[in-house]
Amino acid sequence: MKTDIILAGVGGQGILSIATVIGLAAVNNNLYIKQAEVHGMSQRGGAVYSHLRLSDSPVASDLIPLGKGDVILSVEPMEALRYLPYLNPTGWVVTNTHPFINIGNYPDSAALTEQLQALDRRVLVDADALATECGNVKASNIVMLGAAIPFLDIPYEQLEAAVRGIFGRKGEEIVDLNIHALKTGFEIAQQQTKA
Amino acid sequence: MQKRLLLGDEVIAQAAIDAGLSGIYGYPGTPSTEIMEYVQASEEAAEKHIHCRWSANEKTAMEAALGMSYCGKRTMVCMKHVGMNVAADAFINSAITGVNGGLIVVVADDPSMHSSQNEQDSRFYGQFALITVLEPSSQQEAYDMVFYGFELSEKTGLPVMMRITTRMAHSRTGVALREKRAQNELHLPADPRQFVLLPALARIRYKKLISQQAELTQEAESAGFNLFNEGQDNSLGIIACGIAYNYLMENFSGKCPYPVVKLSQYPVPAAMIARLTEKCRKILVLEEGYPVVESQLKGLIPPEGFTVSGRLDGTVPRDGELTPDLVAVALGLQQTAIRTAPELVTNRPPAFCKGCGHTDVFLALNDAVKEYAPVCVFSDIGCYTLAALPPHLSINSCVDMGASITMAKGAYDAGLLHATAVIGDSTFAHSGMTGLLDVIIENTPITIIISDNLTTGMTGGQASSAYGAIENICLGLGLPAERLKVLTPLKKYHDENVAVLREAMQYEGTCVIVFRRECVQTAARRVRTK
Ligand SMILES: Cc1ncc(C[n+]2csc(CCOP(=O)(O)OP(=O)(O)O)c2C)c(N)n1
Ligand code: SF4
Repeated sequence: MKTDIILAGVGGQGILSIATVIGLAAVNNNLYIKQAEVHGMSQRGGAVYSHLRLSDSPVASDLIPLGKGDVILSVEPMEALRYLPYLNPTGWVVTNTHPFINIGNYPDSAALTEQLQALDRRVLVDADALATECGNVKASNIVMLGAAIPFLDIPYEQLEAAVRGIFGRKGEEIVDLNIHALKTGFEIAQQQTKA
Repeated sequence: MQKRLLLGDEVIAQAAIDAGLSGIYGYPGTPSTEIMEYVQASEEAAEKHIHCRWSANEKTAMEAALGMSYCGKRTMVCMKHVGMNVAADAFINSAITGVNGGLIVVVADDPSMHSSQNEQDSRFYGQFALITVLEPSSQQEAYDMVFYGFELSEKTGLPVMMRITTRMAHSRTGVALREKRAQNELHLPADPRQFVLLPALARIRYKKLISQQAELTQEAESAGFNLFNEGQDNSLGIIACGIAYNYLMENFSGKCPYPVVKLSQYPVPAAMIARLTEKCRKILVLEEGYPVVESQLKGLIPPEGFTVSGRLDGTVPRDGELTPDLVAVALGLQQTAIRTAPELVTNRPPAFCKGCGHTDVFLALNDAVKEYAPVCVFSDIGCYTLAALPPHLSINSCVDMGASITMAKGAYDAGLLHATAVIGDSTFAHSGMTGLLDVIIENTPITIIISDNLTTGMTGGQASSAYGAIENICLGLGLPAERLKVLTPLKKYHDENVAVLREAMQYEGTCVIVFRRECVQTAARRVRTK
């Protein structure tokens, strides 16, 4: 088993939290993991990504080769498309559809939606709206993590345990919120991938 | 044993703690910052009283570490590649004095300049100093190398450099930890004159350093970090340095058909290279950074009948970081068809955070200089460098830490009127103070803006050495009190701030204007952790 994931978003949107949760679940599952992160300059509202590689045998490169990614997991719709060159021909794009607009020339929303709809394997989720329903828009990254679970080769329960592990020290309320978010994302993805 | 999931930087820090570290020194800089931060956050390090405060700059860090090593303790210095330029005087001379307690200098290079002004290769500095350079290919190897590095440093009496690059520093993976070693007892150098580099003594030390080169090469042959992998196909021989080895293995799913020298310790192991050239006439060098090994090979292989390819002949691009894809191209492997990103995807450059005090500084400055246009604003390195981009377009330079003040001085000396400098508080402490002294001594009529956000913002909010001391530093350097103004960068004071700046620019002498408001990110973090 080997899963190569491109995490994408904008600095400050919480993609490293997603990586931390998956990382913990992977270690608890005795998987090998390598996760290359971006720190520094680009964190100031710039495009950020992380390469996350899970495998049951040792992983060589910290970077995923072009055209070899299994999943693009993005918390922002335009950012999902930026990394398409990394996706393999049968790979999935799992993305939040709620745009993060901090630049003047952000693409037209209809054109963006059209590009996303044109992808043959995709899960499109308005994670901001769902996270708000769960209690806090800030949990939108965890909604997206939930939506990616069907492609991770790690059982839902393990990811739930990892969310508990990571958010545990922030108190019961935060844990419940995030688990609710995780489950919501997971359910949506199951519906969309069945159809 | 349960593996710990750690960033490359964190692995190095944990290894140092486990190997008996007594103190770590450094100045922040991507991608090296998390080494020090990990030690600072470690309860274990606190219990062991490991010194772990940021220094004013890389040179003071290097020197403090040398002082700790003088006392027989194990110590580490960490910095980004350009920090080596600042630390270089102390660094090069530390190889001549040698060390007492183990000393490892960790330098994180940033090929492709993800967060840097250049992509210089620190292995050159290691070679220049004639010391061992360790370049781990994996986080586990980095962990083991720190133990080895301290032992080697103490065995040879020389500092050791560990060179990492962005993808090693900022990649997380599982690492198995070893049994911990106690710190060294304080003990002074056996030779009381070891650290006295008077010419007569320095000549002796330098000869000793030269005489140790064979021993260092022998270590590189036998320590186990450099490996010779046999292959069935001798039509090509590959030398893969540091993490380039991983990219090579990625392309062959771990089973490379060609003989490979995995290179992770320098000086270059000549015997291992000879073993490769006995089998192969075509050599490919894969290295992250400059063509360091490739250039050196000419002296190591027979002059005729061999071809060497790498960054110099364009088989690998001359600049930028390596990727598994570039290695695939260099190997002539079949490329998989890849998708392209749709055209509507646009760049998303970094920008000031909402509410950042620097923005109010540049709004005021842009208004103030209108009257005197064109005004050259020499700036420096930090978040405020983002003012080079739209919408501010306020600054004309960003070269090296501290260069704002001194370049403005040189520009005035050349005849430019209203030369202005903008520098951050941490950068001012790092390398601005000495330049200011030059300016004050000549009373050069330039305006120096210190944009004090009470932190080192660019690298994630580390303590700034100038904290609470900027006014006293300026006055202590001889600035007249009436030429020092402290303002608050907020919209409501905009007109007032513009007026003060205008007045300063007209004045026939040095003026320093401190704009002070806390970085909003640092402020938020302070509230969160309370
Ligand atoms: C010699 C050297 N060391 C370290 C760095 C990395 N670096 C760039 S900017 C910066 C911090 C600047 O802090 P400050 O001047 O307070 O500005 P701020 O980012 O807070 O606005 C650092 C550490 C560098 N570029 N050069
Ligand atoms: S991190 Fe701080 S100093 Fe840097 S842009 Fe953001 S608010 Fe400004």
